[in-house]
Amino acid sequence: MATADIHIGEDASHHDEHDHAHDDNFFSKYLFSTDHKMIAKQFLVTGIFWALIGGSLSVIFRLQLGFPDMDLSFLKPILGSWIDTQGKIDPEFYLALVTMHGTIMVFFVLTAGLSGTFSNFLIPLQIGARDMASGFMNMLSYWFFFLSSVIMFVSLFIETGPASGGWVIYPPLSALPKAMSGSGLGMTLWLVAMVFFIVSTLLGGVNYVSTIINMRTKGMSFTRLPLTIWAFFLTAIIGLLSFPVLFAAALLLVFDRSFGTSFYLSDIYIAGEALPNQGGSPILFQHLFWFLGHPEVYIVLLPALGLTSEIISTNSRKPIFGYKAMIGSMLGIAFLSFIVWAHHMFVTGMNPFLGSIFMLLTLIIAVPSAVKVFNYLTTLWRGNLVFTPAMLFSIGLVSFFISGGLTGLHLGNAAVDIQLHDTYFVVAHFHLVMGSAAFFGMLAGVYHWFPKMYGRMMDAKLGYVHFWLTFIGVYMVFFPMHYIGIAGFPRRYYSFTNFDTFNSFTDLNTFVSIAAIVTFSAQFVFLFNFFYSIWRGRKAPQNPWNSNTLEWTAPVDAGHGNWPGEIPTVYRWPYDYGKPGAEDDFIPQHIPYSATPESNLPIENEMAKEENLTETGQEGAIQVDETK
Amino acid sequence: MEAKAQMIQEQPKRPMSVDPRKFNLWLFMATVVMLFGAYLSAILVAKAEAGWAEYQLPDSLWFTSGIIVLSSIFLQLAYRSAKKDNLSTLKIYMSITMGLGLLFLAGQYYAWTELVAMKVYFSGDNLAGSFFYVISGLHGVHLIGGIVYLIIVFVNTFQAKVHSKNLNRMEMCATYWHFLGGLWLILFIFLFVNI
Ligand code: HEM
Ligand SMILES: [Cu+2]
Repeated sequence: MATADIHIGEDASHHDEHDHAHDDNFFSKYLFSTDHKMIAKQFLVTGIFWALIGGSLSVIFRLQLGFPDMDLSFLKPILGSWIDTQGKIDPEFYLALVTMHGTIMVFFVLTAGLSGTFSNFLIPLQIGARDMASGFMNMLSYWFFFLSSVIMFVSLFIETGPASGGWVIYPPLSALPKAMSGSGLGMTLWLVAMVFFIVSTLLGGVNYVSTIINMRTKGMSFTRLPLTIWAFFLTAIIGLLSFPVLFAAALLLVFDRSFGTSFYLSDIYIAGEALPNQGGSPILFQHLFWFLGHPEVYIVLLPALGLTSEIISTNSRKPIFGYKAMIGSMLGIAFLSFIVWAHHMFVTGMNPFLGSIFMLLTLIIAVPSAVKVFNYLTTLWRGNLVFTPAMLFSIGLVSFFISGGLTGLHLGNAAVDIQLHDTYFVVAHFHLVMGSAAFFGMLAGVYHWFPKMYGRMMDAKLGYVHFWLTFIGVYMVFFPMHYIGIAGFPRRYYSFTNFDTFNSFTDLNTFVSIAAIVTFSAQFVFLFNFFYSIWRGRKAPQNPWNSNTLEWTAPVDAGHGNWPGEIPTVYRWPYDYGKPGAEDDFIPQHIPYSATPESNLPIENEMAKEENLTETGQEGAIQVDETK
Repeated sequence: MEAKAQMIQEQPKRPMSVDPRKFNLWLFMATVVMLFGAYLSAILVAKAEAGWAEYQLPDSLWFTSGIIVLSSIFLQLAYRSAKKDNLSTLKIYMSITMGLGLLFLAGQYYAWTELVAMKVYFSGDNLAGSFFYVISGLHGVHLIGGIVYLIIVFVNTFQAKVHSKNLNRMEMCATYWHFLGGLWLILFIFLFVNI
């Protein structure tokens, strides 16, 4: 476990890598751990917990939508008086359900659960570092997230109900505590929880960026970084630049709620009485919110794209197609994500000229997105595909990214969006392209890196069952929503099939609800597999997927510090799969060119010569290849 | 020799390394820039869409702006003293910087009272007023953080932890302080133009 001090002669700023020799008691090992691997698992388990809560909420509101006449009295033990005497959900509580579902899924599962897990776990292991730049900040980041989680969780159970203004918390609903029952204490708790959440994200983000820039091992240049790391890097930067804006927006909201300012309020009448607030603008909030909100969707998606790039290349036994193009398109997406926010606001009465500028910028994002899709497909093309569960989920992501991205193109047209805005079409769009795609990326990551995390394998057969049920289920749930949306159904409505115009869709809604329940249930296959395998899974070999990246050179039960000996040096990019002439169909990053003369390109032979010259001067730079 | 230099170039490089703590500070400052950037752009939106009654910013803000510049100069002098291991002048300059920092805060507070006397309030309908309080208040909060930081480094000088061989803390502290000063000047100019 403990690593001896093997850094003599290395620069002294890395001293915090050394002290791993402390003995671990329960608290320092599982709770207040500063080991990035343990923190990653904490994020993962908390994320799974939230995913279950978020999923259950959606099942409840799907029951309402799919079976409007159903007697829900059996939920009374959990929901108490939110179920009325006829067994119906309280309409205001319905809004609380969709709000909390969105908040939980976007922030707690797909931001903290996804980035928190995989950035923490993979950054040090894949760049060849012993831990994060600051283990302490990393620990703080988790505990702020935990605090935020506790507050958000508590808000689910208070008497006036949790926040109910939608995950986007538009004022005036969110700004006036009297507006509806969830706007009171529930909204306050929402804001407090999100402040802690932002602190957690910023602490994590600072750490990720600083680790990637400063702590790469020898030879790990930016053009040799695995795409996972590029994705985490850009995600963290986007987070650092956009979450402060959410903080700014939330602070003004707090002032409006409790200190009598009117940033977002003007001309409001409650029960015929005018409120004193004048002069503010709710549109201002939308600008601030979406300046975070749009980058946020990429904060959710980019890590998933990074994970799947790695998985697809590994399991196609082929180099990733267009490595540099992948990096370029991620850079492009990251940049563009900051200048398209107003496409969420086409119907706020903005100047049509401004609208068309945002329309243009929005449609430009389709270009790097398409580049990524083509690169995935060309990587798969004629590969020796190995269909591990992780691979299937990655291919699932590509599928959702395409089908959801295409509807994005429609929504991006201001003229079309005027019809589709705030209908189920939007719901379908973002659940495919963001929700399901990122979720699949996360699941793919869990299946793929589980052996590294827990030293055991997950069961592949259960993985296949999980995949097919979920993949088909997701399309069954979200595809019909396109039709419902084009027909004009607004989202977040408690009940619309009761109207004559819309009751022809009752059957479709019932179908969607059943599919949702089946899909949700299928996740228990995963849960069982996950927890069973932690303790009972087959013991994992060191490099189960014959992968190139550095994490697989660390021992199966790597302790704090990751490598017992010297950190391996990197000599090549991470995608030497199926290289012509090579003995194996993969050459890990730490194998020097001089060890692989049979497969080197001419230019690599040149580089090999220089390796030989320099190696004489520094002993131990080459690791023995223990993967065979 | 030349061949050797070439070799070293080709050898697997340990990629660039900044002190991680310094780097983290820069990242933190980037988030602060975004926070205030959000408010400045919010002002532009609010001017176009919301109630915006202009008023005259109090003159005392010119003084406080001067004070913050002065404090930066003294901190720079302190930094020079540390570099030359001139610990006694270092302590003097540090104290002056801290004093000026407190004076700045007091001046900002005084400006608020002047605004209240002019009937420009934090709450109410005039966003031009509310925004000024929010922005100067948040800047003040960050500056309090800066003063705490100064105090920590000041205490460190007594423990002989700040000298020419150990300038890291001093450098980081100075970076943050200059940043806050520069930030205020930008905020002030922006508010001056727009209010
Ligand atoms: C081809 C690229 C894309 C385009 C052109 C696009 C366009 C749009 C537009 C115009 C809207 C606003 C619809 C409305 O409210 O009326 C929207 C909503 C949304 N998009 Fe996309 N999108 C794209 C890709 C993505 C991706 C990759 C994600 C996430 C990873 C995403 C997540 C979302 C979300 C979450 C919403 C709805 C937010 C809400 O109102 O609650 N989109 N998209
Ligand atoms: Cu968007």
